[in-house]
Amino acid sequence: MSTEELLLDVRALRKYFPVRKGLLQRTVAQVKAVDGVDLAVRTGETLGLVGESGCGKTTTGRAILRLTEPTSGEILYRGRDSTGDPDQAMTDVVTATPEQMKLLRRDMQIIFQDPYSSLNPRMTVAEIVAEPLQIQGLMTRSEREARAVELLGAVGLSPDHARRYPHEFSGGQRQRIGIARALALRPKLVVADEPVSALDVSIQAQVINLLQDLQEQFGLTYLFIAHDLSVVKHISNRVAVMYLGKIVELAGTRELFGNPKHPYTEALMSAVPVADPDFKVERILLEGDVPSPVNPPSGCHFHPRCRYAKDICKVEVPAYRAVGQDHFASCHRADELSLYGLKSS
Amino acid sequence: MIRLIVGRLLFMVPAALLIITFLFALFHLIPGDPAVMLAGDNAPRSVVDGIREAYGFDQPLHIQYGRYMAKVLQGDLGISNYTRDPVVNSVIPRIINTAQLAFLSMLFAMVVSLLLGCVSAMYWNRPLDKIVTIVSLLGICTPVFVTGLLAIYFFSIYLDWLPISGMSSWRHFILPVITLGAFQAAVLTRMVRSCMVDALGKDYITTARAKGAPELLVVFKHALRNALLPIVTLFGLGLGHTLGGSVVTETIFNWPGLGRLMVNSILTRDLPITQGSIFFFAMIFILVNLIVDLVYAWVDPRIRYD
Repeated sequence: MSTEELLLDVRALRKYFPVRKGLLQRTVAQVKAVDGVDLAVRTGETLGLVGESGCGKTTTGRAILRLTEPTSGEILYRGRDSTGDPDQAMTDVVTATPEQMKLLRRDMQIIFQDPYSSLNPRMTVAEIVAEPLQIQGLMTRSEREARAVELLGAVGLSPDHARRYPHEFSGGQRQRIGIARALALRPKLVVADEPVSALDVSIQAQVINLLQDLQEQFGLTYLFIAHDLSVVKHISNRVAVMYLGKIVELAGTRELFGNPKHPYTEALMSAVPVADPDFKVERILLEGDVPSPVNPPSGCHFHPRCRYAKDICKVEVPAYRAVGQDHFASCHRADELSLYGLKSS
Repeated sequence: MIRLIVGRLLFMVPAALLIITFLFALFHLIPGDPAVMLAGDNAPRSVVDGIREAYGFDQPLHIQYGRYMAKVLQGDLGISNYTRDPVVNSVIPRIINTAQLAFLSMLFAMVVSLLLGCVSAMYWNRPLDKIVTIVSLLGICTPVFVTGLLAIYFFSIYLDWLPISGMSSWRHFILPVITLGAFQAAVLTRMVRSCMVDALGKDYITTARAKGAPELLVVFKHALRNALLPIVTLFGLGLGHTLGGSVVTETIFNWPGLGRLMVNSILTRDLPITQGSIFFFAMIFILVNLIVDLVYAWVDPRIRYD
C-alpha cells in the first residue's frame, strides 16, 4: 500500500481527561479515554471502528476533528493543494492554526449519534444545513439556500421541509438533516459517530443505504463508529476493534469477521445473533465490566477478562503488529490461538 | 399567534372581574365601619348616618357589589378620601413614574446579567467564573434598603456625584435604577450562567463547532437563544416584582411612584386609593405575563401556539 492512498493517518493519539478533586481542583488522576491509537484511513474507503460503550470510540472520532483537544499524538490529513489535487505533504490537524482549522473543517465533517440533540431547536432546517457555508463565507445567500434545498433532496427530504424546525421531524428524518448538514461543505472525510444507533431498526437500514449512496455520489471516505457489528460488517471495507482506549485488532471486513486474531474480537463476534435456528455457537461471556480507564490493568488491558490469558499477558503490553496480510492485532498469543469468527451468512 | 394574543386579552376579563370582587371584599373585610372611618372617630351619629346613606353602605351587600362593579367597569374607581380627586387621576401619573424606574432597572439587570452570565459560563469553573458567582451571591444576599443606603452614602454624600432623592433629571435615575436593578441582575446572572453552562454542553453546540463556527457565534447565537427560555420566565417574574416591589426603593429615594402611593394610602386609611393601586398592579402583572408568553413563542418555535 503506497502512502499516497492515505487520507488520514492517526499516530499515537491520546486523550486524557483530568479527574479533579478538592478545593483547589487538583488533578488527582487521568481518565485515559484514548490511549495511543494508530489508525490509517484510505481515500474512498469505509473504516469501521467498533468496541463496547466507554472504550473511547467517540472520543477518538471527536479528537480527530479536534472537537475535543487531543492530549498528544499526530493526526495527519491530506488536504488539497491550489489545483485541487491531493497534497503531497500531509497537514497535522493537532497543530493546525485556527485559520488552517477553518479550512480543514471544509474537508472533515461529522455525523452525530443523537439526531434529537445535535440539531439546534431554534433554527430552521435550511439555516442548519446552510450555516456551514455561511460560516466559511462561501456563496451568496440565495445560492446557499439553493444548495440547502439540493442537499435535502440528496438525503431524501423534500424542499418544503426547509422552512420547518427540527422538532417537526421523526428521528430518521432528523438524522437525514444531520447528514445533509455534514455534506454541505462537500467534505472528503466524514466521521459517522454511531449514526444509526439512536434509530429504529427499520429506519437504520434506510439511513445506512443512504450513507452508501452518498459515498458513491460525493466520493466520501467514512470513519464509521458503531457498536453494532452487523451494521459495521455491512458497510465497512476494513474494521478496527477498540478496547479500553486502544486499537486491538484491524483487518479487512471479511478477514476480521472470518478469522479474528484477538480474543476480544472473538468475544464480540460470539455476541452477534445469527438468523439460523440450527446454528449453535458457544457464547463467550465476558466477565465483569470494562475496567476503569483511570487505572487500566497491567500488561494487556484485556487480560482480566480473557479466557486465553497467560502469565505474560499480565506483565507485558502486547505489541500491535502484523499478523497476516493487511491484518494487525495486539495479542501475545495471536499466532498460536485459533479463534472462531462469525459464520458467514 | 393572533389567536394567542386575542385569547390572552379575553382572559384578562374574568381576571379583572375577580380582582374587582376581591377589592370589594377587601373594603368590607377590614375591621371598622366604613362610614365611621370616613366621618372620623368623633363625628356625631347624624353625620355618620348621612355618609352611610350617601355612599350606599346601608344597602344589602349584593346591591353594593353590583353598584361597585358597574362603577369600576366604567372606569370609576372612586374618589380619594383625602384629596377628593378621582382615584384614576392620582394613580395614573404614579404608574408612569414606577414603570420608568422598573423598566430601566430591568434593562440594567438584563444587560449586566447576560454579559456576566455568559462570560461566567464560558469560563466555567475557572477563577473568573468564581468571582462572578461570589459577586452575584453577594448581590442576592444584600437587601435593597442596604444597597440603597450604601449607594446614597457613597455616591451622593461621600463622592457627591449624584443627587440623593427625587426624580427631576436623568441623574436622579441612576442610583434608584442601580439599587433596584442590582438585585435582579444578581438573580438573573445566576440563572443565565446555569442555563448557558447547560446549553453549552449540548450536542448541537458540538455541531456548531464542527461547522467551524467561531466561539462568539457559538456562545451568542447557538447557546444563548436556547438558554433564553428559563431566563425569559425569570425576567418576567423579575419585572413583576420590580413593578410591585419598588416600594422600598421608592421610599428610600423619595420616588413619587405607585408603591409609595399605596403604602401612604394604607397608612392614612384612604381605601379607594389602596383599591385603585392594587387594581392597577394586578392589571400590569397580567399584561407583563402576556408579554412574557409572546416572547416565549418568539424564542422557542416549538411553542408557537397555532
